Amino acid sequence: MRAGGFGKHGIRFRAKQAFGVAGLMALGLFGGTAQANPQPGQLNLTPGVTTYSHIPYMLNNVALGVCVVIGILVFGAMFIAMFRFRKSRGAVPEKWSHNTTVEIIWTAIPVVILISLAWLATDGLRKFSDTTGSQMTVKVTGYQWKWRYDYVDYLGKPLHVDFMSKLDDQSNATRQLDSGLDPYAVKADGEQTYLLNVDHPLVVPIHTKIRFVITADDVIHSWFVPALGWKMDAIPGVINAAWTNINTPGIYRGQCAELCGQDHGFMPIVVKAVSQDDFAKWLADQQKAATPPAPAPASTAAAPAQATAQVAAKQSTQG
Amino acid sequence: MAHAATHDEHHDEHHEHLNFFQRWVMSTNHKDIGTLYLVFSLLMFFIGGSFAMVIRAELFKPGLQLVQPYFFNEMTTMHALVMIFGAVMPAFVGLGNWMIPMMVGAPDMALPRMNNLSFWILPFAFALMLSTLFLPGGGPAGGWTMYPPLSIQSASTAYVVFAIHLMGISSIMGAINIIATILNMRAPGMDLLKMPVFVWSWLITAFLLIAVMPVLAGAVTMLLTDKYFNTHFFDAAGGGDPVLFQHVFWFFGHPEVYIMILPAFGIISEIIPTFARKPIFGYKAMVFAIASIAFLSFIVWAHHMFAVGLPLGAEIFFMYATMLIAVPTGVKVFNWVATMWGGSMTFETPMLFAIAFVILFTIGGFSGLMLALVPADFQYHDTYFVVAHFHYVLVTGAIFAIMAATYYWIPKWTGHMYSEFWGKVHFWNSVVWVNVLFFPQHFLGLAGMPRRIPDYNVAFANFNMISSIGGFLFGASQLIFLGVLIHCVWFSKKKATDRVWEGARGLEWTLSSPPPHHSFTIAPVIHDEELAHGHVED
Ligand code: HEM
Ligand SMILES: [Cu+2]
Ligand SMILES: [Cu+2]
Repeated sequence: MRAGGFGKHGIRFRAKQAFGVAGLMALGLFGGTAQANPQPGQLNLTPGVTTYSHIPYMLNNVALGVCVVIGILVFGAMFIAMFRFRKSRGAVPEKWSHNTTVEIIWTAIPVVILISLAWLATDGLRKFSDTTGSQMTVKVTGYQWKWRYDYVDYLGKPLHVDFMSKLDDQSNATRQLDSGLDPYAVKADGEQTYLLNVDHPLVVPIHTKIRFVITADDVIHSWFVPALGWKMDAIPGVINAAWTNINTPGIYRGQCAELCGQDHGFMPIVVKAVSQDDFAKWLADQQKAATPPAPAPASTAAAPAQATAQVAAKQSTQG
Repeated sequence: MAHAATHDEHHDEHHEHLNFFQRWVMSTNHKDIGTLYLVFSLLMFFIGGSFAMVIRAELFKPGLQLVQPYFFNEMTTMHALVMIFGAVMPAFVGLGNWMIPMMVGAPDMALPRMNNLSFWILPFAFALMLSTLFLPGGGPAGGWTMYPPLSIQSASTAYVVFAIHLMGISSIMGAINIIATILNMRAPGMDLLKMPVFVWSWLITAFLLIAVMPVLAGAVTMLLTDKYFNTHFFDAAGGGDPVLFQHVFWFFGHPEVYIMILPAFGIISEIIPTFARKPIFGYKAMVFAIASIAFLSFIVWAHHMFAVGLPLGAEIFFMYATMLIAVPTGVKVFNWVATMWGGSMTFETPMLFAIAFVILFTIGGFSGLMLALVPADFQYHDTYFVVAHFHYVLVTGAIFAIMAATYYWIPKWTGHMYSEFWGKVHFWNSVVWVNVLFFPQHFLGLAGMPRRIPDYNVAFANFNMISSIGGFLFGASQLIFLGVLIHCVWFSKKKATDRVWEGARGLEWTLSSPPPHHSFTIAPVIHDEELAHGHVED
């Protein structure tokens, strides 16, 4: 994959053969993979490909590191105790059952550690919740079991491009019960895309702050592309906001992440990030081919009237 | 305690006249009802477990081989409902029924007839719920969290709602009974701060139950009226809000997860001192930690909803409150380790399960802490990382504690020793396979595999196969457990002494094994140094 990981964050590492070997834990901690899409044997989060996505990645690594250190200390003490204080070695039980000093210490130290983690996390959360200053707006609507994308505006100009995006035919044929088809044979551009490919990907430009407004039409779905670093629920009657700004061209795959009925596992998401020039060309093609302005709702007018009030309230708090 | 024994003979005679139906169906005896709860729980554990086997078999490799996606969703939903409401909760109520009167020096539970009713509601509730699998339209398939609008697309809403009401009534009656017993039936001298930690943990859990079961009942009733009576609580098109359901559900749901772990904390706090032959470290801190966890559990519910688009202020509040829970939880783990330190340990089966609990529950706590960090949770949420988290706290937490308790107290219950060899075989198989089952699920989640899907991309194949193998073998290991129990109850020749374990302290060990029909007909005299946590000063 072109997106193949670079980034200042994260050691480039292919963990393909790694499972089962002894270094597994260490790899989980530092290695994982810098690939943007799921890899066989992947052990850690992806650092992602956007201006934001390293934040959850680093937070994950720091928190995991903290847990591993605490784990080594606590479990280490436990194993020492289990070895030293065994009856079979003639250990005689002591009588104490209380020690105020150590109790205060092991209450206070975790508090300090937690405060530092909370500080890091709050910082990241603030960045994520700032959806201002976007150059492009895409409306995402979840349906049982496909996604609809409306391009609302780009560089200040309103757009009328929209389409449905659903599981590609090859995956769909293969996934039928007892289809006899081989999931490993489902490929696109040499990549194994079983259940992670769609008929019409969402095409977006890189180096552009894109604001997503996310909602649903029937039940709750969740729009999740790991390489972007977040997921956001798509809820009927509610419009949620999120943003991304992709650094690297590539094809980024994700899936619906909220149980939405029988085909919940079969409504993938594909984001195709291209250069701004390529995007301008793609957009022009779409507009030429364009159907007359979408019969169905463009942009926020879509939401049922009574939901708009809620949405306004949510957005004023969320920025 | 000699009195108790003499009394017993008299009663046993008296009860010989009871036929099977009278003894078990009409029972008002805390031990018999405790046994009923435990047997029911074991049955549900195997039914819920067989659903899990279906799930893991379908996920063994990519592609759909065995079941249709809708049936798969019914399996995940039923698995969770059966395990939570049918296996874990009744097991704790059964243990509470058996042990609380014996631990506080009472003859029986405070409200014996209500005790009978609260048990006998359960088989009907579960028969109703499980029957939906065989009805046209099928069972619930919207997840145990039952989020609308999806959950009311199902044909079985009314059955499930009614079953949940019954379970709620049962839990509330059980909780009232436990509170009444603990507050009113303690022997003179058994002050609140001398009670075993297990009794404390149940007292606090019972208050949680009474506080939140009605909230669940309210939430599911609103689902019912939305579906059948044209209300629009959760229907955006009618002015309602689907997110409201999630708030109400998790206001129940988070305390619920603590309902499933606080009694486990109590059990572990009984077992470790016994086999370390040293009183529990920091008794008061342990009690206070349970109480503060219970309090905090009411103000963290929205950590299950970080991705629904909460306002920034709410995300921050719920993140901080959630992280705070790690502090009292940490205190408990440190105190268990400190109890072992300087002790004189032996490693019988209950202790092995207790030690595994401390380590593996803590691993679940670690992933909980990671999940509390909102930006990271935007990645983890609704992936297999969450599945790994809650199975570490529930299987290697709650269920391991229940198994530890069973091995610990079954000699007292039956008067026979179980087979230590087969107990250990069960333990080592369980502890190995459960990790093979759940540890790789962390990796799947980190790589982005969503939960509740019947099929997946080939990149997820390796770890899913490992996990399924672990699952089958973990499931098979539980047949050893069944065998050990059957052997112990009916075939074991080895008599248990009254104290059973050399280091055991507390009133329950002063009774005969098996104990008399009415535990303490004459209030025992309490000697502080005889209590499990020793002599608490300061
Ligand atoms: C240190 C303590 C804990 C923390 C900080 C913690 C944190 C969390 C968080 C943040 C989530 C939501 C994850 C998500 O959906 O994105 C979660 C899920 C869950 N936790 Fe914990 N947790 C802790 C302990 C426990 C315990 C003790 C239990 C039960 C015995 C438990 C059971 C669950 C369950 C069942 C879920 C998933 C519910 C569902 O979505 O179906 N957790 N936990
Ligand atoms: Cu969906
Ligand atoms: Cu929770």
